[in-house]
Amino acid sequence: MEVKEVLDKYGNSPGRLLGAMLEYQRSKPQNYLTKEDIQAFAKETGLPVSRVYSLVTFYSLFSEVPRGRYIIQVCRDVPCHVNGSVNVVAELEGLLGIKMGQTTEDGMFTLEYTSCIGCCEMAPAMQIGETVYGNLTPEKIASIIGELRRAGK
Amino acid sequence: MSNKVKKLLTARFGVVSPDSIEDYIKNGGYASLKKALGMDPEAIITEVKASGLRGRGGAGFPTGIKMESVRRATGSPKYVVCNADEGEPGNFKDRYLMEKDPHQLLEGMIISAFAAGADYGAIFVRGEYINSIKILDNAIKQARKAGFLGKNILGTGFDFEMDVYSGAGSYVCGEEFALLAALEGKPARSTFKPPFPTTEGLNGKPTQINNVETFANIPHIIDMGGAAYAALGTEASTGTKLISLSGNVNHPGLYEVTYDITLREIIEELGGGVPGGRAVKMVQLGGPSGPIIPPSLLDLKIDANEMRKYNLSIASGAIIVIDDRADALDILVRIMEFFHHESCGKCTPCREGLGQVLGLLDKFVDGTATEADLKLLRNLLDVMSQASLCGLGQAAPTAIKTILQYFGDELCGRIGAAKEVK
Ligand code: FES
Repeated sequence: MEVKEVLDKYGNSPGRLLGAMLEYQRSKPQNYLTKEDIQAFAKETGLPVSRVYSLVTFYSLFSEVPRGRYIIQVCRDVPCHVNGSVNVVAELEGLLGIKMGQTTEDGMFTLEYTSCIGCCEMAPAMQIGETVYGNLTPEKIASIIGELRRAGK
Repeated sequence: MSNKVKKLLTARFGVVSPDSIEDYIKNGGYASLKKALGMDPEAIITEVKASGLRGRGGAGFPTGIKMESVRRATGSPKYVVCNADEGEPGNFKDRYLMEKDPHQLLEGMIISAFAAGADYGAIFVRGEYINSIKILDNAIKQARKAGFLGKNILGTGFDFEMDVYSGAGSYVCGEEFALLAALEGKPARSTFKPPFPTTEGLNGKPTQINNVETFANIPHIIDMGGAAYAALGTEASTGTKLISLSGNVNHPGLYEVTYDITLREIIEELGGGVPGGRAVKMVQLGGPSGPIIPPSLLDLKIDANEMRKYNLSIASGAIIVIDDRADALDILVRIMEFFHHESCGKCTPCREGLGQVLGLLDKFVDGTATEADLKLLRNLLDVMSQASLCGLGQAAPTAIKTILQYFGDELCGRIGAAKEVK
């Protein structure tokens, strides 16, 4: 996906820029925005580079560093916290052999925290890409990771 | 009990496919819009005022008055903006409203725009809600095709367009001034007020901003009339309320209730109580920015007059149940870490205060806190709630303040704890 293409889709206005940049970022295998990407968005929208860059640093869904193909975002706000989100984190760290904030060596998974994803009725919950997973148990987590591993190969 | 569960906004959930405008129309959808477009805009405002509808996002401002202010404001174009930045942990009602019955929201916004004299509508959805965004995008396309959006809507000469805007991960966008900044493609930082959005909102023009649930109520008010809608509720709180029930309960989920229900009925009867036969230790209302209350207050009705006696409100309708295994301090640390992460950094009391609060809480955790630290903590919380620029910093201290009020020992009991261990 090209910068111009995504901006055309969103209608080239400053207000729609966040959505356009997010979709662009999701379309990239390493889920991040490079300096060149940011410059391209600035050029196409006519906004100063500093302005576009301020969005990338302010909004937490953007990344300036390469990440895994699948970003696993674990919720730890109170409804998930009191339903054992710590165990979800421990399970994932064990399965993937990485700590929170890290990416697996094969570039497949990145482990992150997220604020509440509005699925508190299925706590503990996590989001991977566009999919939400709730009522997580160790078995469920293992099977989700297993499936993504197979799909990602 | 069952008479306190009332399906109005959720009546079509599971009955209509969210992807199908035909389903929506078959089930009575867009009939209110047709009716409204045949009315005088002033008459619509009169009905909304008569309904007693108050904002469902948490602040509870009367919707009819907001609508009227925008109608009376000078300046054009005028806007309606839907705050769908549902980022307050423990809330999921707006996600359901958008994903299960998106046209209900659109219909409410189009009617509001007609009443307020607005030309353009924006729905600002948090970036995490990818699915909601897709469903709304599709619904807007369908509504446009069916002639409910665009030029000369239903041949009445009324023009109105709308679009969905995505956030990108920022809790503070839920604050209306920050949301407007985000809609203008800027970092979401709040600003000094007044002026208020009804006179100077999006792009400096008059703007009616409401929560998803608030807009979703509008078609029903037009359909049944303001007085009939008001009769559904109590004197102080009309209509129905969506409750996002979560935490340690057997049946967490979304419930639509009338305002005469008590917190205990919601938790025990609808929610099936706490799993494993454990007891409720505390309940947080509204989300992390809300008060944490003890079980002794659960017999309160969610009605505004009754809750106000204890300086409480049902706010956005989130009810988070925390059972007796929890440590109050552990919950507080989690809440304050959340705010610290989400502070936009613009004003000092919030940006610096939250870091200092976490540092003080740490001392309670490791047992090195002194009486002086407690005093400092209380002072700091007062400064934050009084001097912060926006609702984030003003409300962040609520959880600690209410823990100190109702569960004081859990904090005070930790003072000097490290010494005793030795
Ligand atoms: S608190 Fe985890 S999804 Fe809401």
